[in-house]
Amino acid sequence: MKLAAIKQALAAISPLAIEQTEYAGKGFVLDVKVAADQVVEAAIVLDKEDFFIEAVTGVDWLGEKEALKKEAEKQAAAAAAAKAKAAAEAAEAAGEEAPAAPAPAPAPASVPSEDVAPLIDDLEVVYDFNRYDQLCRVVIRTRVPRDNPEVPTISKVYPGANWHERETHDFFGIKFIGHPDLSPLLLPEDADYHPLLKDFTV
Amino acid sequence: MSAFAQSQTNETFVLNLGPQHPATHGVLRVKLVMDGEYVVEAEPVLGYIHRMHEKMGENRTWAQFLPNTGRMDYLHALAFNHGYVTAVERAAGIEVAERAEYIRVITNELNRISSHLLWFGAFVLDLGGFSPLLYAFDDREHILDLLESVTGSRLTYCYYRFGGVYNDIDDGFLAGTTAFIKRLRDRMPMYHNLVTKNIIMMKRLEGIGPVSAEMCRKYGATGPVARGSGIDFDLRKHEPYSVYSEFDFEVPVYTECDSMARYMVRMDEIEQSMRIIEQAVAKLPDGPFMTPKVSKIVKPPKGDYYNAVETARGSFGIRLVSDGTNTPYRLKLRSPTFSNLSLFGEASRGMLLPDALALMGSLDLVIPEIDR
Amino acid sequence: MSLDPEVVRVLAFLVGVIAFAALNAAYLVWLERKEAGHIQRRIGPKEVGPFGLLQPLADGAKLMTKQLIVPDGVDPVLFKIAPIMVMVPAIMSFVTIPFSDTLVARNIDIGLLVIFAFASVNVLGLLLGAWGSRNKYAIISAARVVSQNVAYEIPMLVTVVTLVMITGTMNLHEIVMSQQGGFWNWNILRLNASPLMPISFLIFFVCMLAETNRAPFDMAEAESELIAGAFTEYPGMGFGVFFMGEYANIVIGACLATILFLGGWQCPFGLYPGVHWFLIKIYAIIFTVIWIRWTFPRTTFYSLLNLSWKILIPISFFNLILTSAMLKVF
Repeated sequence: MKLAAIKQALAAISPLAIEQTEYAGKGFVLDVKVAADQVVEAAIVLDKEDFFIEAVTGVDWLGEKEALKKEAEKQAAAAAAAKAKAAAEAAEAAGEEAPAAPAPAPAPASVPSEDVAPLIDDLEVVYDFNRYDQLCRVVIRTRVPRDNPEVPTISKVYPGANWHERETHDFFGIKFIGHPDLSPLLLPEDADYHPLLKDFTV
Repeated sequence: MSAFAQSQTNETFVLNLGPQHPATHGVLRVKLVMDGEYVVEAEPVLGYIHRMHEKMGENRTWAQFLPNTGRMDYLHALAFNHGYVTAVERAAGIEVAERAEYIRVITNELNRISSHLLWFGAFVLDLGGFSPLLYAFDDREHILDLLESVTGSRLTYCYYRFGGVYNDIDDGFLAGTTAFIKRLRDRMPMYHNLVTKNIIMMKRLEGIGPVSAEMCRKYGATGPVARGSGIDFDLRKHEPYSVYSEFDFEVPVYTECDSMARYMVRMDEIEQSMRIIEQAVAKLPDGPFMTPKVSKIVKPPKGDYYNAVETARGSFGIRLVSDGTNTPYRLKLRSPTFSNLSLFGEASRGMLLPDALALMGSLDLVIPEIDR
Repeated sequence: MSLDPEVVRVLAFLVGVIAFAALNAAYLVWLERKEAGHIQRRIGPKEVGPFGLLQPLADGAKLMTKQLIVPDGVDPVLFKIAPIMVMVPAIMSFVTIPFSDTLVARNIDIGLLVIFAFASVNVLGLLLGAWGSRNKYAIISAARVVSQNVAYEIPMLVTVVTLVMITGTMNLHEIVMSQQGGFWNWNILRLNASPLMPISFLIFFVCMLAETNRAPFDMAEAESELIAGAFTEYPGMGFGVFFMGEYANIVIGACLATILFLGGWQCPFGLYPGVHWFLIKIYAIIFTVIWIRWTFPRTTFYSLLNLSWKILIPISFFNLILTSAMLKVF
């Protein structure tokens, strides 16, 4: 099938992940994660395969890393607790030779994290592509750090991406490197704020 | 059709078409760099009625966002309703009552006809013909009355609900719909005789405003604009949602790529919508118009979802990102005219002003939907 | 002190002509709105007076009470005289129009020439108004008006020259008198003079539409393209005077078509000639002009010029040659 060929062509540009999704549940067929600098290559591949561009947009994942970290810590703590418990049980079962080593292990890990630089969350840029002749919606995603959101523009490949990227720049402040004109499209012409960022307040 | 030689000098001037201009149908501004009457460069300036619906979506529950959808494309509000409810239904896995699906199709297609009729009138008005507008409004009025009787509103509908529709339709509505279709069938030949076959109309549209299939693809144009360029792409066939796969209808496609082709696509679509409505009325099943026991609080599972429907102007896509709570985490609205208009700058280059306006009219712009 | 009857006559005709022009301008607006209404399955004006007959008065009052804004940067002289330059020649043209055998202000031997001389001033008025407005839309409109009028003046004049050759006079009264007897004697059906006479009339009619900037040739005031074209910057009565001038020009065009082709005040069957026939004929033509406006979309500028230069001018010249040949032979 065509899908296999497209998948192969996309795989050739070494994306981070390619996932074939279930259309009925998700509404798209192929979910491709690429590094920020591979976006243009991915667009060129899709352009060659006669895809048209549906939309470009962003998602702000503010607080995601914090949550993930907490989740991970919670899991680690749970795992450690389970491990300790298991060890204790094992020690109990084994008898005298009970090493006290595993217990202090999580403590030093949590102390240095206080003065480590704060976690930088990601902005996700999402590109939707579709075909006219068959059902094949492809989503290209890439993530950029919030403090320096820069993605190369695909408006040279798809001129239609020009406005979508401008809009994304309006709403999220993502800079599309090489874009001909990133002045606000939908927002007032002197707007210097990005309303769809989660930490935006009026 | 370029009748005069274009001058080679650089004596251009900037003409601001809009934000208040009769041909822009709303507050769109087009910055035209003109060489005499030739368009050297056209740059649409958007955002005059930008309302940030996407941010609004993040601040209210899934159900509370429903009324917003009808306020973007005010001419085909039900399709935007439909796009949003199907997106949430897909994400949350809500079943839709079968009768409701048919009711959705009937009302949606009625709304599509009313949108095309208004476009027809307004487009001929752009070309300087006044009277067809009033005839189209006369027909459209019947649709508005019909839809008002079931939805309670005349323009910015909010009729569909997760799992069904707000209100059941009755025999009066069905009889009115059948009568209306008979009436419009009788009137379509009149429209064609008076307008389509009018020599001035033909001269003004044929070969004017070419938009190639390749240009459509590069700019992501959908709907009648793409179908007028020979692209057979209609989500109702291509990616059948709701119960559209049950009906026998054709997707009108014209390969001329000019304004006339886009005009003909829409006129033919009116006929096809009438066919769909007739079949849906005949097949309308009994049963509940709402899936029982749909929770009032919708919480789609974590993840992101995409859903697109075919509106009168092209494919309207919604990308939902849910974090598992009762408010959307991110709601991306992909409106068709935004993409369709983005090709105007390239397509209008080198055209005469009246031809560029004919091209702009044939794109069928609804500004609140572009600006969102 | 006795009044010279000639002075009384001139005064009476002066008042009569101005009143006729102004009344026509006012009530043609009413007719246009009413007719447009019925064409569009509406009723049209109906609130002010019976059948909305007082609507023109209300409109006039509204226009006159509006402030006459002269925008910054316009050429104040040109801006102010332009409406007058459109209105006055239109009224002046009425002087030579014979409404009936006796009802004519001044019967001049070169009446036809006088009318065409005045008609070309109209273009100048539009051009100056548009130029003086300092508005880009108005300037585009001005360019259109001038080239359109130049293009359509030619076939119109050639057609008229053909007619003058047949009738042998430029006196409007005599032209009408030569069409006495019945509709078969009207110039439009003088097939023995030239078999192309009906087509001549069509050319004249089309040119008249174009000269008066009526749809489908309303390039000067193409709302959906140029907003209001030359009139974009004009407020209140400035616009009103332009408007009246436009309608007065339509009446002049209809009068000319009637006199030149349709036998003026002659009855179609040779009975009871008089001013009533003249009025019936001109209003029939005006009705048709309005009818066309509300039925057809606007053409584009280049097809308008193509029509004139590639179709109307060759045909009218061919007609001229054919007619002169036939006059020579028979």
